Amino acid sequence: MRHEPEFADDLSALRTHAFSYRSLTWWGIIAFMVIEGAFFALAMAAYFFLMAQEQEWAPRPWSPPDLLAGTLFTAVMLLSEVPNTMIKRAANAYDVAAVRKLLPVMSAIGLLLVIIRGFEFNSLNVFWYDNAYGSIIWALLFLHTTHIVTDWGDTLVLWQLMKTPHGEDPRRLVDTDENALYWRFVWLTWLPIYVLIYWVPRLFR
Amino acid sequence: MKSAAERAKLPPADVPRDGPNLTGEELETKLSTTWSNPPGFVGWLSSVDHKDIGRRYVITALVFLALAGVLAIAMRLQLARPDNDLIGAARYNEIFTMHGTTMMFLFAVPVMQGMQIYLTPLMIGTRSNAFPRLNAFSYWMYLAGGLLLWIAFVLNVGPDVGWFAYPPLSGPQFGVGKRVDIWAQMITFTEVAALAAAVSLTATILKQKAPGMSLARMPIFVWATLVTSLMVIFSMPSVALASGMLLSDRLVGTHFYNPAERGDALLWQHLFWFFGHPEVYIIFLPATGFVSEIVATFSRRSIVMYPIVVMSLVATGILAFGLWVHHMFATGLPRIGYSFYTAASMSVSIPTGLQIFCWIATLWEGRPQLKVPLLYVIGFIFTFVIGGLTGVMIAAVPLDLQLHDTYFIVAHFHYVLIGGAVFPLLGAITYWFPKATGRLMSETLGKIAFWMIFLGFQLAFFPMHIAGIYGMPRRVYTYPAGMGLELPNMLSTLGSLVVSTAVLLFVVNLVISARSGRRAAPNPWGAPSLEWATSCPPPPYNFPHIPLVSSRTPLWDAGEKLPVVHGLRVEDRELVLTTVMSAEPDVREPSPEPSPWPLIGTVATTAMFVCSIFSPWAVLVGVVPVALALTAWFWPKSPRLSGSL
Repeated sequence: MRHEPEFADDLSALRTHAFSYRSLTWWGIIAFMVIEGAFFALAMAAYFFLMAQEQEWAPRPWSPPDLLAGTLFTAVMLLSEVPNTMIKRAANAYDVAAVRKLLPVMSAIGLLLVIIRGFEFNSLNVFWYDNAYGSIIWALLFLHTTHIVTDWGDTLVLWQLMKTPHGEDPRRLVDTDENALYWRFVWLTWLPIYVLIYWVPRLFR
Repeated sequence: MKSAAERAKLPPADVPRDGPNLTGEELETKLSTTWSNPPGFVGWLSSVDHKDIGRRYVITALVFLALAGVLAIAMRLQLARPDNDLIGAARYNEIFTMHGTTMMFLFAVPVMQGMQIYLTPLMIGTRSNAFPRLNAFSYWMYLAGGLLLWIAFVLNVGPDVGWFAYPPLSGPQFGVGKRVDIWAQMITFTEVAALAAAVSLTATILKQKAPGMSLARMPIFVWATLVTSLMVIFSMPSVALASGMLLSDRLVGTHFYNPAERGDALLWQHLFWFFGHPEVYIIFLPATGFVSEIVATFSRRSIVMYPIVVMSLVATGILAFGLWVHHMFATGLPRIGYSFYTAASMSVSIPTGLQIFCWIATLWEGRPQLKVPLLYVIGFIFTFVIGGLTGVMIAAVPLDLQLHDTYFIVAHFHYVLIGGAVFPLLGAITYWFPKATGRLMSETLGKIAFWMIFLGFQLAFFPMHIAGIYGMPRRVYTYPAGMGLELPNMLSTLGSLVVSTAVLLFVVNLVISARSGRRAAPNPWGAPSLEWATSCPPPPYNFPHIPLVSSRTPLWDAGEKLPVVHGLRVEDRELVLTTVMSAEPDVREPSPEPSPWPLIGTVATTAMFVCSIFSPWAVLVGVVPVALALTAWFWPKSPRLSGSL
């Protein structure tokens, strides 16, 4: 039997966009954060598993990575949260003009971070093919680099998109808000990786 | 032009919406125009309709089932007699590897996800799934991964190191050539596909349930889908990471699994089984969802102790992540490790047992109708209980060490996977066949096929327990005469021939019934859930009006009329988003149009993945077309002034 409809609530007055957990794409982004977080957590587990094979970490004669590039990267990353929060607030306040001004700033920060990341690879003092220690150090840095590059690319595309009339659509401000949320995840995941790459090999010599 | 903030506050403009003034044929014509695929082959390739994607998933997975089944028959023919030389050792290695890999990665998980993709939006009363382009991308990636593996096999570069590819056998020292790389890259394809589908399903379930369908009113199959999707999200990164590390050991000389440079081959086993064990439940839990729906419908009553069944699903999903080391008992563990993983492995039988008692109680309390889907459920309960009990046996370390890598294990996991997942799947295909095609499958052919499959299965796999106890090892292409292995092996081979004939009969039934089966009414089984509230097969927009749900069994509780909500735009694709827990209507959400970009994105990704088997630079170069395709995919086509609509 096919049922006849019995009309109840009228939904035509519902909003057509919403921020945070009311947005569908927010849930998609959270799911991808969980997936990527699982990658990082498992890579960290592999790090400790391999560490247990060694008497000391970093194993001699390899020196622990030099601190300068990685620490500079961490500082820039943490400071980037200031414009990131400003963008997030502007998007939530429907301030398209502010979003349009701040996205190039975030894009420039992304470029700066990618450049510093290049120096980081050059300061690890070990190659991936030297031993398992080198392999896992490179793996962690490589995984996080894909993270940085992806979000940088995403920010560049969003910047171009917001310059067009599409930027006036409130749903694009939801996108901006969620891009800023993702950036928080990118720098939060970096902090334990920074400790594993730069400090644990110093502390366990 | 108004600012974004002003537009967000505007009252809705006057556009056509479903409701008392726009219903019936006029509404359905408009909705059809809005939700149909573009015409022609390009339109077919661009489809983002979850029903198309789900159907493609299921049909492709069944083709892979047939291919892997042919390999199974080849192995059984080789093992029918001792010292047989039908298949040589090297080819046999390839065949069992391809059989296991295909069954696990290209059949079992995808077929379950395909059923979930097809059914979930219909069961929760929404027009489409979340992120439909991601869903389309998921299917194309799965297809590309399957083709990679099978084309390689046909070209004689198929993998030959077992479906779990343990290093050092799969490492650069022993796994020479590209066979292992193809296996590992197939993993990347299928994991991307499974993860994409899982994200889409999770968001669909959490945000697109029909108004009123709180979590406590969701069909159990949808609960099973939610739990398995979350399990995919948490477990699949492990095997993708492991296979990525294997590829890099082989291609660029890392040492993750190389003990000579302080790597560890056991790291692979931990990462693989941290995925591999949940994988079993990713296959099994959707089947318990099928069983719950079929048992309720054919018992004519709602499932007994719904909260217990749901909590059992969730508990199984959580416990599944604490068991992986029982696959590694033979590698040597600390005593505490043995005790812990034995206890954990045995404990998972508690929620599973509870579910089985709930189904039996439902059948006991109801008025069961022994139609084909219910026969498969009864076959499932019988077979799965045997597989579960042998599972409890081998959770005990001393026995596991004795039986490890013997045919006893082969018998156990076929009882669990075929009994626990394939039997319910065949029941589910029979049950939902009229939903997808508008026609019923033949009961007579269905019953013959069921009994042949059920009895043939017992004949094929029960003797393997005996062969295993007699010490017959897995993955060895032959065995000597005079060890008592002749009879169990001959019986297994005969049983496998019966099963394959029966599966062929099932397929014949599918084809004949799709063409000339009896026409199905919208709710041919008198089922309680929402997928039966729309026509068979459903229109592209699923429901003319979105149902309003006030119980767990909406169609049994509806009278002549079904309560619905209204006010959705009909000239644009629009959905209702509801709150996660109580499913209050919250937002009207546009749904993406069909697009060829998911397919183009897959082609670009495939080029990158396949070339990266040969050179690491392919990743750097190949990422550019992938990024371009993804940007084109996401770029909005016209400014949608959504605040004013």
